Amino acid sequence: MNSERIVGRSVPRKEGRDKVTGRSKYVDDMVLPNMLFGATVRSQIPRGRINKITFGPGIAWDEFVIVSAKDIPGKNCIALIGDDQPCLANEFVNHPEEPILLLAHPDRHLLPKAVEAVSIECEALPAIFNIEESECRSEVIWGENNIFKTYLIEKGDIDGVWSKADFIVEGEYTTGAQEQLYIENNGMIAAFDGAQGLTVWGSLQCPYYIHKALIGLCNLPAEKVRVVQMETGGAFGGKEEYPSMIAAHAALLAMKSGRPVKLIYDRMEDMAATTKRHPSRTRHRTAVTRDGKILGGEIESTIDGGAYLTLSPVVLSRGAIHAGGPYHWPNVRIRATAVATNAPPHGAFRGFGAPQSLFAMERHMDRIAEATGLSPIEIRRRNFLRTGDTTTTEQVVREPIDLGKLLDRGLEISDYHSKKKRFAIQNKGGDTRKGMGIATFLHGAGFTGSGERYLSSVVGVEGCADGSVRVLVSSTEFGQGTKTVLSQIAAEALGLPYDSVSMGQADTLEVPNSGPTVASRTVMVVGKLVQSAALGIKQTLISSGLLSEAYSADEFRAACRRYVSEHHQFRSWSRYEAPADIFWDDEKYRGEAYAAFAWAVYIAEVTVDLTTFSVSIDDFVALQEVGKVLHPLLATGQIIGGVAQAIGFCLYEKVVWQNGRMQNNQMTNYIMPTSSDLPAIRVFFEELGNVYGAYGAKGIGELPMDGPAPAIVNAVSDALGVHFDSVPLLPEDIMDKLDSARLAVAAEEADVGGGR
Amino acid sequence: MNDSGPGPAKVEISFAVNGETKTVRSYPMERLLDVLRRDLGLTGAKEGCGEGECGSCAVLMDGMLVNSCLVPVLQAEASSIVTIEGLSDGETLHILQQAFIDCGGAQCGICSPGMILAASHLLNQNADPTVEEIREGLAGNLCRCTGYSQIVEAVAEAARRRTSA
Repeated sequence: MNSERIVGRSVPRKEGRDKVTGRSKYVDDMVLPNMLFGATVRSQIPRGRINKITFGPGIAWDEFVIVSAKDIPGKNCIALIGDDQPCLANEFVNHPEEPILLLAHPDRHLLPKAVEAVSIECEALPAIFNIEESECRSEVIWGENNIFKTYLIEKGDIDGVWSKADFIVEGEYTTGAQEQLYIENNGMIAAFDGAQGLTVWGSLQCPYYIHKALIGLCNLPAEKVRVVQMETGGAFGGKEEYPSMIAAHAALLAMKSGRPVKLIYDRMEDMAATTKRHPSRTRHRTAVTRDGKILGGEIESTIDGGAYLTLSPVVLSRGAIHAGGPYHWPNVRIRATAVATNAPPHGAFRGFGAPQSLFAMERHMDRIAEATGLSPIEIRRRNFLRTGDTTTTEQVVREPIDLGKLLDRGLEISDYHSKKKRFAIQNKGGDTRKGMGIATFLHGAGFTGSGERYLSSVVGVEGCADGSVRVLVSSTEFGQGTKTVLSQIAAEALGLPYDSVSMGQADTLEVPNSGPTVASRTVMVVGKLVQSAALGIKQTLISSGLLSEAYSADEFRAACRRYVSEHHQFRSWSRYEAPADIFWDDEKYRGEAYAAFAWAVYIAEVTVDLTTFSVSIDDFVALQEVGKVLHPLLATGQIIGGVAQAIGFCLYEKVVWQNGRMQNNQMTNYIMPTSSDLPAIRVFFEELGNVYGAYGAKGIGELPMDGPAPAIVNAVSDALGVHFDSVPLLPEDIMDKLDSARLAVAAEEADVGGGR
Repeated sequence: MNDSGPGPAKVEISFAVNGETKTVRSYPMERLLDVLRRDLGLTGAKEGCGEGECGSCAVLMDGMLVNSCLVPVLQAEASSIVTIEGLSDGETLHILQQAFIDCGGAQCGICSPGMILAASHLLNQNADPTVEEIREGLAGNLCRCTGYSQIVEAVAEAARRRTSA
């Protein structure tokens, strides 16, 4: 057997060569004979009743395929957690990007004019656009009270703590919507024939989500629906649920026309119509002792879900469970609520609720520090979760994590203390101010609570006729390195060279349902299943007498070839089984929320320009414990990429809303960071391991989205001596706040001058 | 964004692509990007935004880096164009392509063709750029996956390998 380990090494990315040579095929690169192009006609108003649809003059309508809700063979909904979201609006519209009609034509150029020529007359109904309007229920647009979902997490006796507190610290924190802004827009191609059924190819994260949605919508048996992932140009959660909508639309056009249909969004449509990160508002009220110990607190977290349920309940759940951060709360009450508004549904985006609630927690820790007169470091240190403590859901921390030590290492790497001293002197003059900010946080890997149990994922490993091995999963590659790391795991388990493992295409006809590619679960959860399925291959070869316990790669290949020639097919399956020591109570929202947490200390150093109010990040240290790092280069790339995206969330990316519609839905006016905007982000790992993950790995993909925004805003607040409690934090926001702070000081001085 | 279609009648336009002369019949205002992808089957150039912001459609035109979504095909008449498909020498990767693989410069890969062409343009102008010059030189190409650091390292590494080769 090959004694050199493959996990832990930065082997070449499986599909790297195709990507750098332009050979990789993304959905828009694919052309089918006789193909039509599709387009979507959407609502123009946020809420109303559709009265009349008119096809205007000047368009050869008989050349177009036109699909409306009445052409849907099955149920008119995009099945996910609930079935409230129609595929095509029939009578009512509930947000301004709601799809109503679909058009297809052989000439792509004729579609925009045709879409414009359709006029939809609606009777407008009053609409609501933010959390506050939804809460006051002057209009009820969803269910009985505009509430999609609530959670209550309670631990200890929160009502008893207030009288014992030396300080009660309150704060309110908000975060804005954020566009995923994958560089490849969403798109699908669908083809239908009576014998083979329906096939869709597309840019997507979760083949089996789409499979499920299409079965009900098209009224087809499962075996007549096939979903194939093409190379996918970034996703970040933005291709988790909305691709089901686009696949459904392409499918309806293909079924009606009998021809393949390509439906690709351009950037403006993608930004306006598809999901974004949930805007949020979180309120903290915390009881603290004089020596900085948290006695308890109330946390109220509310997210804006948009017009339909989609994934809001699970986003909310993750946000609620992360709301207490990496701290020990002897007593706590967390109330979390997802509300409806007349905006396009908000959805999955890297971090999935945690960046919102952790932003609030980590800003609030600095507020508590100030109230108690302790430093931001000391207040954190005195409240960190320790091994044996319980989290807010009363999950016992079993792993030997030492956050105090992790923090010390971060402070040393960032040269925190000497910089703080230096800045205190520098900041007395000049036209810039410098500051340091910290965020300490955690991120749970895998589905929340009983999620993995319900998913019950299946993974296959196949021994091939040429003696090589193929991994069969519906887990998708969209940049993170799924193909590479899962291949490493299989190779490691079998003691084979990395090159003798390949990945099957994520095609529902070929691969089992290994669950969605979300929730930082692929390496940890799916990887563990790959490991066990691979071991099944080895065991079979050994027990059938074709291979001895100690073997070379050549001997393995020979044995595998022989087995396939004798048995025709050689596959080993592995199904998820929840570890016996993990228990979650869905009713009380209590127990082991995640099989593993990753832990992190992020430290930002910023300069604020007092003339332009722009913030530049001079240094960014990202230090995290993520279990064993299976591929250092990819893991580092994930962290840097996540930090960069979070810097965008914090300092650049503002969705401008008007009546539920995104106004700046272009790359020219929705600004994401470029290479010249970002600092060199310094990445460091601690590796404690994890018994529940493949070769000790934990999830890593979402973690880096959580910490940068609070670390940076803490640094800006430190630099200016003024608290900022919202992101995005743009130069104009800083200017406004400083102006009002100055006015307040001036007013106070005037009062004092008046001889009060 | 795709509405460059009918207007003046189609005309014949000739230019060199990756060293081969090509003649296409196109509407003069059609985007070079569409002609490359649809008529010539060169799908390495990608449409990310359709308005010259993201650089995914970047190609070299007479040695200059252009966003092919902003170039009317008529303007390409008699020019010499290099796309990502023409950068490698058969199966031998260009030094930048290899460095992108080695340094983690490509994640989802959608920006990689444009990014690598932008980097090759940069190295042609400046064989030994500083990190700041690389960051500045690639600022017209957006990447949402990498946070750019490993791209910057790949370009610096390619420059080192080229000088030591």
